[in-house]
Amino acid sequence: MEFIQLGIGRWLHILSGVMWIGLLYYFNFVQAPALAEAGKDGTGAGITKHVAPRALFWFRWAAVATWLMGAMLLGGNFFKAFFFLDRAFYAIGLGAWLGTIMIFNVWVLIWPNQQKILGMKPASDEEKAKARRTAFLASRTNTALSIPMLFFMAAAGHQGTFFG
Amino acid sequence: MKNPLDSLWGTFISGLVLTLILYNVVKFALQ
Repeated sequence: MEFIQLGIGRWLHILSGVMWIGLLYYFNFVQAPALAEAGKDGTGAGITKHVAPRALFWFRWAAVATWLMGAMLLGGNFFKAFFFLDRAFYAIGLGAWLGTIMIFNVWVLIWPNQQKILGMKPASDEEKAKARRTAFLASRTNTALSIPMLFFMAAAGHQGTFFG
Repeated sequence: MKNPLDSLWGTFISGLVLTLILYNVVKFALQ
């Protein structure tokens, strides 16, 4: 049982986390600048039609898998970590909060607005412009939050090394 | 004032600053 929860669970948490944050960095470091360039000569349709929907599919479901595997790893210590009830869970608790804010951004701010931007949901030009800004800022917020989130994930099993 | 999240460098630096702040909060809490 422990092997499944703490062994397989950790492996799947890292695996899905790499896919989630990897695609987040792809959106921010590659796709957004590429679309800005493509907008100048009107060649962005290939990205928005064929690449973005697939990337968003794996992105949002990898986020779910990462969060669920993280919750499974915490198991009975879930509330101790989330509500900072035990010093041993301060680092992972903070990492878990940052990850939770990030998955909220994915499902509540990024995905519904991307559906409008990509034409999966009907939206006027004005609504699309607003959706583009909201999705962009939520995505950039997640990129910024990923930096401390990964720091605290790394620190979680090594609080003595990280915090003395 | 320009939003730091509009640039990749601004985003990266914002993340680093937040890491530094939260690191010190946890370090203080663990003392």
